Amino acid sequence: MTDPDSAAPKRTPLYDLHVALGARMVPFAGYDMPVQYPTGILTEHQWTRAEAGLFDVSHMGQCFLIGRDHETVARALEALIPADILSLKPGQQRYSQFLNEEGGVLDDIMVTRSAEPEEDGTLMVVVNAGCKDQDFAHLKAHLPAHIKLILAPHRALLALQGPKAALVLARLAPDVATMAFMTAISTVIEGVPVHVSRSGYSGEDGYEISIHEDRVRLLAERLLKESEVKPIGLGARDSLRLEAGLCLYGHELDVSTSPVEAQIQWSIQNRRREEGGFPGFERVKRELAEGPKRKRVGIQPDGRAPARDGTEIYNQAGEKIGVVTSGGFGPTLNGPCAMGYVDAAQAQDGTAISLMVRGTAMPARIVKLPFVPHRFYRG
Amino acid sequence: MGAMKFTKDHEYVRVEGDVATFGITDYAQGQLGDVVFVEVPKVGASLKQGAEAAVVESVKAASEVYAPVSGEVVESNSALEASPATVNEDPEGQGWFGKIRLTNTSELDALMSEADYKAYLSTL
Repeated sequence: MTDPDSAAPKRTPLYDLHVALGARMVPFAGYDMPVQYPTGILTEHQWTRAEAGLFDVSHMGQCFLIGRDHETVARALEALIPADILSLKPGQQRYSQFLNEEGGVLDDIMVTRSAEPEEDGTLMVVVNAGCKDQDFAHLKAHLPAHIKLILAPHRALLALQGPKAALVLARLAPDVATMAFMTAISTVIEGVPVHVSRSGYSGEDGYEISIHEDRVRLLAERLLKESEVKPIGLGARDSLRLEAGLCLYGHELDVSTSPVEAQIQWSIQNRRREEGGFPGFERVKRELAEGPKRKRVGIQPDGRAPARDGTEIYNQAGEKIGVVTSGGFGPTLNGPCAMGYVDAAQAQDGTAISLMVRGTAMPARIVKLPFVPHRFYRG
Repeated sequence: MGAMKFTKDHEYVRVEGDVATFGITDYAQGQLGDVVFVEVPKVGASLKQGAEAAVVESVKAASEVYAPVSGEVVESNSALEASPATVNEDPEGQGWFGKIRLTNTSELDALMSEADYKAYLSTL
């Protein structure tokens, strides 16, 4: 992770807009980012679930991998991640992870095959802000010479999330209306070329829009003119993804966790499970066959007190069985919720556990994820 | 209504006789954002000035609330457990946390007056 204290925080191209909108800015992954706007996290969260929320995610890292053709570039990236990239259709997007040799997660990423026939052999990769320097170094060190890595530091990224996102964005770009979840197109919005994918991290339908940094403010302001759209900060981004049961790097995922432990083995397609050919394959294969020693679960406290990251988890016999990795208050759930890792043998849904909060054992249960059902647009 | 006194950690007390009602200031609730949970002090608990007296949680984080004065908790605002947002809506009124029977009234001398607290806020 980038040490936020090592240098003055960086700013996204929307910094001035956030300040003008009254955002409270906080350091995050080396950037000064809006944690909330004046209406507050609860209102922003509810707005995103009911209308459409606009998020500045320009701090995330964007890059392009370019090879002779799709097969060449897909095979090169597959050497570093466990997803099947070869079978991606033009305009299709997949979630994956950079793994180390021990099968630990270096970062979780989104990979998109360009929809444009003339860009065959191009993959767009979006990585976490806090990991991007290491990720790009990792790519540079491991990609073969015939694959070109092009960093895109001048591309900003907006996320428009919520049940009204499609309605709103289609007013500006009608071709986005029928896109399916996890697909991408290149299009033009307000005269500006953009990459749009139907994806996001709120559990709601929505889009991510990659656009040149010089044009992002105009687009953000244009979207904010729509009555359904309000700006949403990192605070609500976190509570939305927690309710949606989605992993956050540095919490549910780190170099010690494997994708199987994290219960994201759905992102490892069958061909890769059989053929391997990615770092950490031995561990992934073993954990898929025998089950992991620990696994990520949802946790629902019985009471009202939230259990935060780092809270220890105990079974009914008083033995420590795990730890909370993300925890807080779910505004849609209207109650506390958490995710964490527990001993896989004691991870069944409904299992009664205790959370040690400020020295007191608080009763809780292991529950299915997500806490709030996903509402992705499957077409 | 007694005069209010304030701490640098943004707790207030309102003293009537030998009982001090305490809570967090309007500035503090604004900094915290939406309050989603409050752990109020237990009646009968003995609090030391500056020691943890309560916990207030926003969506993002838990914050400790320190006892502005020493004494025994004679009443706590259990209504906050069901409606924590009262701390945002009326922090220095209905959003009080507890009432402490003072053991040492001279502790009040170390706290800020309303004017001093306002001046202190302007430096933050």
